[in-house]
Amino acid sequence: MLSDFPLWPEQASTIASDVDALMTFLCVVTGTVSVLIFVVIFYLAIKYRRTPENQLAQDYEPPKALEAAWIIIPFLVFMFMFVWGSWLYFRIQRVPDNALDIYATGKQWMWKFQHPSGQREINTLHVPVGRPIRITMASEDVIHSLYFPAFRVKADVLPNRYKEMWFQATRTGRYHIFCAEYCGTLHSGMTGWVEVMEPTDYQKWLAGGAEGSLASQGEKLFQKYACNTCHTNDATGRGPVLLGLYGTNVMLTNDATVVADENYIRESILNPQAKIVKGFTGIMPTFQGQMSEDDLLKLVSYVHSLGAQKTAVVPVETPSSIKTSAGSPLNPGAGNKGTKP
Amino acid sequence: MSSVTLHDVRFVEPEGTRNYITHDYGALSWLLTKDHKRIAILYLFSITALFMLGGFFAVVMRIELLTPEGDLLTSDTYNKFFTLHGIVMIFFFLIPSIPAVLGNFLLPLMLGAKDLAFPKINLLSWYLYMIAAVMGLYIIITGGVDTGWTFYTPFSTQYSNTHVFGVTFAAFIVGFSSILTGLNFLVTIHRMRAPGLTWFRLPLFVWAMYATSIVQLLATPVLAITLVMLMFERVVHVGIFDPALGGDPLLFQHMFWFYSHPAVYIMILPAMGVASEVVAAFTRKKIFGYAFVAYSSLAIAFLGFLVWAHHMFVAGISVYSAMIFSFLSYFVAVPSAIKVFNWTATLYRASVALMTPMLYILGFIGLFTIGGVTGLFLAAIGLDVHVTDTYFVVAHFHYIMVGGAVMAYMAGLHYWWPKITGRMYPEWWARLAALLIFAGFNLTFFPQFILGYLGMPRRYHAYAPEFQVLNVMSTAGASVLAVGYALPLVYLIWSLWYGRKAGPNPWGAVGLEWATSSPPPMENFHETPVVTWDAYDYPAMMKAMGETQNV
Repeated sequence: MLSDFPLWPEQASTIASDVDALMTFLCVVTGTVSVLIFVVIFYLAIKYRRTPENQLAQDYEPPKALEAAWIIIPFLVFMFMFVWGSWLYFRIQRVPDNALDIYATGKQWMWKFQHPSGQREINTLHVPVGRPIRITMASEDVIHSLYFPAFRVKADVLPNRYKEMWFQATRTGRYHIFCAEYCGTLHSGMTGWVEVMEPTDYQKWLAGGAEGSLASQGEKLFQKYACNTCHTNDATGRGPVLLGLYGTNVMLTNDATVVADENYIRESILNPQAKIVKGFTGIMPTFQGQMSEDDLLKLVSYVHSLGAQKTAVVPVETPSSIKTSAGSPLNPGAGNKGTKP
Repeated sequence: MSSVTLHDVRFVEPEGTRNYITHDYGALSWLLTKDHKRIAILYLFSITALFMLGGFFAVVMRIELLTPEGDLLTSDTYNKFFTLHGIVMIFFFLIPSIPAVLGNFLLPLMLGAKDLAFPKINLLSWYLYMIAAVMGLYIIITGGVDTGWTFYTPFSTQYSNTHVFGVTFAAFIVGFSSILTGLNFLVTIHRMRAPGLTWFRLPLFVWAMYATSIVQLLATPVLAITLVMLMFERVVHVGIFDPALGGDPLLFQHMFWFYSHPAVYIMILPAMGVASEVVAAFTRKKIFGYAFVAYSSLAIAFLGFLVWAHHMFVAGISVYSAMIFSFLSYFVAVPSAIKVFNWTATLYRASVALMTPMLYILGFIGLFTIGGVTGLFLAAIGLDVHVTDTYFVVAHFHYIMVGGAVMAYMAGLHYWWPKITGRMYPEWWARLAALLIFAGFNLTFFPQFILGYLGMPRRYHAYAPEFQVLNVMSTAGASVLAVGYALPLVYLIWSLWYGRKAGPNPWGAVGLEWATSSPPPMENFHETPVVTWDAYDYPAMMKAMGETQNV
């Protein structure tokens, strides 16, 4: 399905029109010069093409002053671009004093945002329109990059170091959030939406769900029930990795496959022995009767939110196979549909 | 002006004399050869094979990107494909392409020498290349690597479960191949020029190879050091780059780009050298502003070392260092602009023959111009914040590396094909391929500038649906491009048996390489030429030729 076909991104921040102005200037200047070069080359190549009468170039040297002209003039134009670009960069880097603080964490492969009032969200960010927002951020693992194309800003998110970025939205609406620094398997699934709201709506939203979305409440439960001790979501866990699980085919110990939907996740929490993922043993205790439906829903929606992308996901290897795999086929067996290059 | 013209100095062997191809027979005579021409042929086969491998990864990725969903490959496989595409194309095709094939073949011929300064080291550099290539292939077959060709830490040292160690080790080894080639060329250019061949009589291709060799020799060791530190951290967990171990991931980026930005010039400087040769030969004219073009190669090589952090404007460097690197990046654009203007001015009042090599080079000038001016967008730091790490960057560097370096490589291959093989390629098919490559290239990569400005990030396996139309255009262009690259493979092989016999100088070009037979004899010249003329001395040559016949 071919959807709409934009040629210019939406402008939704105070900086966007300034960035677009520089872009337009550069397009016009470099476009003109490039077209001029093409036309001159085309014209000269035809006019002075080799013919029986024109076997030999004419003994003519263009004036040497040309050489100076095309060193000095481009240099001056370049300096103009440099100054304009730097001026813009200063504006993008300098955070206004009255900015509203929001905290962000990047991790493989999701964005977690936290509002000062305690509201948490995953892969969605609600902000008020017309107010500078300062995002203070760090990564829990590898380098990510938080990118808002409609606001024309991005900044790398580094482990073990806080970085800042800011923007001021000018239009309400829903805009993309992308991860722009390659960060592993589901890099292209590490996306989300920023919801720009009227300030009154934003206040309402803050008051409305002080406990956060279902998924983020589920995340708290995930820790409360100590799920995270085994489902560590990396290679060292004793339980299967849940990142990217939702919606994929899971191979079981009896070699059957099952789609990881809500029902499967619910069953796996309440009756873990029913379907055991290939490569694991049934060591998980049952949570039947220990968890309210409400909590269950939150947990399921948390696991759902971990499945950032629809595609099949190759599970991370178990620790033992990592150590022995230097030179053996890397793709693990369970649920793996990966083709080897 | 000396009274002796190039025309008088012919070293053409009598018909039936053995040339470098027929000198010896058997596999060992090739695998143990110390002849620079035969080593060039070994490189030609190797890099062509790896170009096809890298191209295969590209084609599969373009098919995957036809639809917004990730449906053909898994995410992990896609990530491995773009990583391997980058590693194979950069380390195993682009960096060796013009220097190791055309440079190896032509440098001694252009200098009037019998061989390079160190023939055995030349063979060693091919073996190092092959060892690294075989390691790379083994790793690809056994699972590949998914870090991106940039190997950013801490992903590469702590989080990737793929063969990072093996691949970085292969890149480490192939780096030494590059260093040895650079060293060999530098010494050869300094020590083995024919009598009378002063620096400012050198063909501009030699100047370009000289500048390239300096970069290879000085930058590649930094990559080697960086990769060793990366391997050390990954295996022994010494904290150098990983903050969890007390290291700094930005240190890795600084060190990596300190090599990898100059590496761009290792790819494009030789391409500029080919462009100068081809423009001179097909206009029958001395390149306008010869000295400016020669010095601009050295200026690019030098300034290329001072701009590495322009890859890191959003990575967390200070505002002031960003400004300095932005300024220097604009500075390095000046010598590149000089070359484009000088090539264009050379066409004025010339005798322009639009044969295949010239078509490729005119295409090269156009595409390199687009690649160059879009670099000005990226150097504007306020704009870079938006477009860095998007398809804008992907389009920009493909315009430089494919539109620039590969087009020039194709130009050089066709231009010197009669010298290398003694046979002409079929002109009509070659022009068709050149036009297909030019059209296919633009259709593939121009939409990616727009995609990038719209905000589509690089290295995305699945993407937002509004980006689909431009991606479909790009994939359509890639299929045209693939046909364009497949054609020369067929007709060049065909020409080895059925091509017209070329004779020593089918283009009526000047330059010592055209003064000997095609293919040249093992020792290149049976007596040492004495040079008394400037490079591209077409007026003198044409005077002599005009008295005999037109080519």
